[in-house]
Amino acid sequence: MNLLVLLAIILLIVAGHQLLRVIELSRGLKKTREWQISDADNNLMGKAMIGFMVVFFAFFFWQVNRWMDRSLPPAASEHGVKVDLLWDANIYLITFVFLVTNFFLFWFAYKYRGNSKAKAEFIPHNNKLEMLWTIVPAVALAFIIIFGLKYWNEIMDPAEEKDKVIVELYAKQFDWTARYPGKDNELGETDFRQINGSNPVGMDTSDARGNDDLLVKNEFHIPVGTEVELRMRSRDVIHSAYLPHFRAQMNCVPGMITYFKFKPTKTTAEMRKDPYVIKMMAGINAQRAKENKEPVEFDYLLLCNKICGASHYNMQMNVIVDSPADYKIWKSKLKAVKTVASK
Amino acid sequence: MSTPTSTALEQEHLAHHDHVHDHDDHEESFVSKYIFSMDHKVISRQFLITAVIMAVVAMVMSVIFRLQLAWPGEKFAFINSMLGDKWGKDGILDPNMYLALVTIHGTIMVFFVLTGGLSGTFSNLLIPYQIGARDMASGFLNMLSYWFFFVSSVIMLTSLFIEDGPASGGWTIYPPLSALPEAMPGSKLGMTLWLASMAIFIISSLLGSLNYIITVINLRTKGMKMTRMPLTIWAFLITAILGVLSFPVLFSCALLLIFDRSFNTSFYLSDIYIGGRPLDNVGGSPILFEHLFWFLGHPEVYIVLLPALGITSEIISTSSRKPIFGYRAMIGSILAIGFLSFIVWGHHMFMTGMNPFLGSVFVFTTLLIAIPSAVKAFNYITTMWKGNIQYTPAMLFSVGLVSSFITGGVTGIILADSTLDINVHDTYFVVAHFHIVMGLSAIFGMFAGVYHWFPKLFLRMMNKKLGYLHFWTTIVCAYGVFFPMHFLGLAGVPRRYYTNSEFPMFDNLVDVNEIVTICAIIGALSQGIFLFNFFYSMFRGEKAPQNPWKSNTLEWTTPMAHVHGNWPGPLPVVHRWAYDYSKPGKDKDFVPQTVPLEAGESDEGGH
Repeated sequence: MNLLVLLAIILLIVAGHQLLRVIELSRGLKKTREWQISDADNNLMGKAMIGFMVVFFAFFFWQVNRWMDRSLPPAASEHGVKVDLLWDANIYLITFVFLVTNFFLFWFAYKYRGNSKAKAEFIPHNNKLEMLWTIVPAVALAFIIIFGLKYWNEIMDPAEEKDKVIVELYAKQFDWTARYPGKDNELGETDFRQINGSNPVGMDTSDARGNDDLLVKNEFHIPVGTEVELRMRSRDVIHSAYLPHFRAQMNCVPGMITYFKFKPTKTTAEMRKDPYVIKMMAGINAQRAKENKEPVEFDYLLLCNKICGASHYNMQMNVIVDSPADYKIWKSKLKAVKTVASK
Repeated sequence: MSTPTSTALEQEHLAHHDHVHDHDDHEESFVSKYIFSMDHKVISRQFLITAVIMAVVAMVMSVIFRLQLAWPGEKFAFINSMLGDKWGKDGILDPNMYLALVTIHGTIMVFFVLTGGLSGTFSNLLIPYQIGARDMASGFLNMLSYWFFFVSSVIMLTSLFIEDGPASGGWTIYPPLSALPEAMPGSKLGMTLWLASMAIFIISSLLGSLNYIITVINLRTKGMKMTRMPLTIWAFLITAILGVLSFPVLFSCALLLIFDRSFNTSFYLSDIYIGGRPLDNVGGSPILFEHLFWFLGHPEVYIVLLPALGITSEIISTSSRKPIFGYRAMIGSILAIGFLSFIVWGHHMFMTGMNPFLGSVFVFTTLLIAIPSAVKAFNYITTMWKGNIQYTPAMLFSVGLVSSFITGGVTGIILADSTLDINVHDTYFVVAHFHIVMGLSAIFGMFAGVYHWFPKLFLRMMNKKLGYLHFWTTIVCAYGVFFPMHFLGLAGVPRRYYTNSEFPMFDNLVDVNEIVTICAIIGALSQGIFLFNFFYSMFRGEKAPQNPWKSNTLEWTTPMAHVHGNWPGPLPVVHRWAYDYSKPGKDKDFVPQTVPLEAGESDEGGH
């Protein structure tokens, strides 16, 4: 790598020297002035414009072809399917606009390249055209807004299903703790002043409802097909709970409780059998083999997605989606916190 | 419009007075001519050169962190030589320093290069020139504006050399991370210096903006109606108004943060346990900070963009030898963008725990802004349609701007949609979006402006061939850097990660990061072409002729020398709009604004 940097520096010096020579030379036998743009210049630049467009579009499709199947797998949550649907509709629309407008831009840049014999047309404005490209985007945007807000309201409505599973995600520099309510299905109150070694999430010891709460680290489980209500808190700075496979994200803000609800649709085991995921994992493991790392299996993940300090890049937790039966077994093995003083 | 005219005449009178005075004592001292100058032309050059230096610093930073992102754990002598053993031990970047570099890169680029540098250079240069004024309304405040900018730049650079390192909470400096020294080393002295630097920067920006507004409103020469002003001036005017309305909010935002940091108040802090103890602060909210910050932060995007759009409007029209298409619609779009930019800030906060209903309102207003933006893009393209395009380097960069404005703009439609934002919020998709639409567009606009007005800045020409080479390497590398980032975002890679290697799910994206970094290195090196051309031409470039681009605007009627008061004789009188290119019935393909209308000739700007 050092060699590469050294090489770059040498190249830079050589290039600088060459540039200097080119300039000195061109000053000597100058026929055109710096401000004169010859037909040859315009011709070359006009052609370069259309050439660039071809390269640019080719690069775009090359990227789509190469990297598109490395994007996140299809959503594993109920609302996520709708998000993906809306995403696709929008992406196709903007890709179309991107290609068409860039095409016209570079096409005109080529077609109307300057020529000393030509004269431009005097076209100061055209009200019909201008109305057209004000109204067409406005109508398109109206649809985008309507569908976007419809889904947004559905997603942001509070969790209301009776059998919902409540999970509190507690963030601190630099790890996550999940807290489940016990049999009463209610989380105990918290108080940050009571945080200590044996009370890491700051349970309020005067609230008996917290007595049966359950804490887990490293991974947490949720049942498939059941509404999950995430409640997020933070101990120190802002973090963000990002669960990309479920199309779920919400910041964890000190002094507040934030919410996000979703309904997982595929268990971890099912996801590992999904053809898209199998292909993606094959790619990942091929790369890992090159770097002499052991192969991995697919897992849902919780990441921190708001800058929170030096180890922001490694603040993660596994999420396991179980069948309801497995989930029950897993949860029954957890031990209650019992930090609450019994009265 | 009697007021501007009479004020202009008064200034005329004063300027003449000055002239007489000038002849008495010819010798201006070096200090008053080049350092504490009150001449808008000198101040604009001061802004430009300071911004160029700051841009180089920020660019080198980006190369350092790009090396880390593409080859985490590799040892680079370059990193060690730049950062020393403390932050680049054995050539491996320290995680805290990574965040610091990202933070300062963003801060310098957004504020010092694209706000101070872009507006400072071109508003100063072009407002008096293009409206036909002797100078800014207040030369003294203008001088102060530059020197506050200089001091804030120095403080920002100084913060790179202190023991704990510079601010590192991201350029948005969200508390509590930025408020608590226990949270990260960058939140110690580095953050204090950051806040001090920004406070001074805001003073500079306000002094400049007030001056720009007053100058445009009061000092337009005779005949320069608002509807005859070049679009550059419209853009600078609205930019200045946005700055005056939004920067004070950033100031209050920073001030409250200073209070929280130093005087134990609780504006942004509540319920925090850090460093092994609970803090006393209760009742504050980080969300308040985010509201205040983005109330500046979003207009700031347009403070950065509008001058670039104004500059390219002028250049595309001049170089296409065609009037700008839809002059009135362009003004309307600038006004609409300016207004809307104040009611969209919440789209940065969809995922912060802000009330989702409030989010809906911001979705609506944000998507509305796409309409005037689309109008502008279409009008640029139509201006080139049936033109006779002269490819100056400035024109190449202008076409580049329109391309990046579209390419980056369309992804804004995705991000403005709160439903879709859920999964790409704070990922590389956002990084790709704003670097293309704001970073590239604004820097292309700035390059275009430098190439186009270099003759007015330094009275010499830049080398055309080097300009061509610079453009093509820059646009190819720029898209090579920022386009692949969309795909990182689609894979869910969060921004501001020191490395992605802790997550196996990102292992298959190594080649994306490598391509990005290689393009970034080549792109950074190719800026050497520009730097060389810039400094070389400043001293040894070909002497510029009176009106090299055959342009209509007033700055090309001033002599090719830096004359105090801009016009040696009386101020020019304006008779027409700035865009009479290739007008039928004229022998030349341009008609300067000072040429009187013929009998029966209509003026597109004046009707």
